[in-house]
Amino acid sequence: MIVTATLSRSTFTGLRCKECGHPYEAGARHVCEDVCFGPLEVVYDYEAIRNRVSRATIEAGPASIWRYRDFLPIEGDPIDVGTGFTPLLKANNLAKRLGLKNLYIKNDGVNMPTLSFKDRVVSVALTRARELGFTTVSCASTGNLANSTAAIAAHAGLDCCVFIPSDLELGKVLGTLIYNPTLMAVKGNYDQVNRLCSEVANTYGWGFVNINLRPYYSEGSKTLGYEVIEQLGWQLPDHIVAPLASGSLFTKIRKGFDEFIKVGLVDEKHVRFSGAQAEGCSPIAQAFAEGRDFITPVKPNTIAKSIAIGNPADGPYAIDIANKTRGNIAAVNDTEIIEGIKLLAETEGVFTETAGGTTIAVLKKLVEQGKINPDESTVAYITGNGLKTTEAIVDSIGAPYTIEAQLDSFNAAWQQAQAALKG
Amino acid sequence: MAVQILIPTPLQKFTNDEASVDLEATSVDALIDALEGRYPGIKGRLCDEGGKLRRFLNVYVNSEDIRFLDNQATALSDGDEVSIVPAVAGG
Repeated sequence: MIVTATLSRSTFTGLRCKECGHPYEAGARHVCEDVCFGPLEVVYDYEAIRNRVSRATIEAGPASIWRYRDFLPIEGDPIDVGTGFTPLLKANNLAKRLGLKNLYIKNDGVNMPTLSFKDRVVSVALTRARELGFTTVSCASTGNLANSTAAIAAHAGLDCCVFIPSDLELGKVLGTLIYNPTLMAVKGNYDQVNRLCSEVANTYGWGFVNINLRPYYSEGSKTLGYEVIEQLGWQLPDHIVAPLASGSLFTKIRKGFDEFIKVGLVDEKHVRFSGAQAEGCSPIAQAFAEGRDFITPVKPNTIAKSIAIGNPADGPYAIDIANKTRGNIAAVNDTEIIEGIKLLAETEGVFTETAGGTTIAVLKKLVEQGKINPDESTVAYITGNGLKTTEAIVDSIGAPYTIEAQLDSFNAAWQQAQAALKG
Repeated sequence: MAVQILIPTPLQKFTNDEASVDLEATSVDALIDALEGRYPGIKGRLCDEGGKLRRFLNVYVNSEDIRFLDNQATALSDGDEVSIVPAVAGG
């Protein structure tokens, strides 16, 4: 008989409450149910990771988030749909326009398969869902997460039922339905959708990526930290700017940076963290401005629907990080968000959605306020694709010149176009 | 003054696995005390030592977050539905 030695590939050992430290087994649970209801986090054996990974082993891995699999909470084979390893652009034109010298755009608007950073978290969550024995997966979503959950569930052969607010952009609704999940459009805002889903999760035994699978799901965002380090030539940036919805992404980019320092993959460095919100839903920015460490929920009213979370679960942690790193959290209005979308498109050829417009507008604001030093190497995280939210900009961009298929007609229109440019 | 309370899974070990219980209470604070009276120990999970609801718990009265109402002083009336929901991530 041939006995094959099997070496456990998993480097995580369980879950632990982020607030009180109470330990839990690595099942489908997300809150500290025995003590304080704080959020649970995955616990890793960093000694094991340190012994196993090097820059060379990572560079030899797949061109996806799974090159970092030793830092992710899965046991077996991942669901690899090519998620991650998106471009990091040196944004010289935008930098010049803003008065910066060293600006980069991390473009998750071209992430695979559904063009937002959510593919990272969902790839991890559904891999873990399968390991935990779930056959139906679900989520509460502002749109991007629904797209991603439906797509990756289809690929993985999992049944899928997702919940969204009923007023979402058409692109986000179509971009979910095409994968043929059951789609529930709930009459209410995201926070109401989330409350409903918590109640459904209590009774239906499904794997909700952002509820009972949340500790695994949220770890996927760390890869946005790892990739930037690797793409900067194994260096940390000086400053990052990212959008804030629930605040989870922001905290996980930081965790990604900290973990690479901890296992010796990159030298320690102080990185400033700044967050971006839309004024019409800015509970974290408001708390930051007022020096509070707690969040007062708000009712969202903004075109930036993908980040319109009025009751952000990780808001207090995001404020803590901005304060500790001497970063900032700022909000911009809907007009500034649209200008941000256009500015990024016109200077760098990147068409982002409203969340990205928010990030660029806040980047601009912080530079104007002297809160980002022109010499700092700064990374702005673009988390989603503009083709999903065309409603937001349709009235704010130009129109085509409709002409006859004749040179005269073109000549006349060209003169008009030149005049318009000068005008 | 019967009020229906939806109990999240992690707290159902206190309520004999009941996902929904009916109680008499005129405010959220009174409701927490009434729950404690029927299911001793549950208040220690819901509230910190000062009796304040834990910050990672959301409480809704008829789907409205009590932070938009009068927080723990929010009045309850006959037929109200109160749900207790641990905070979740999102997007």
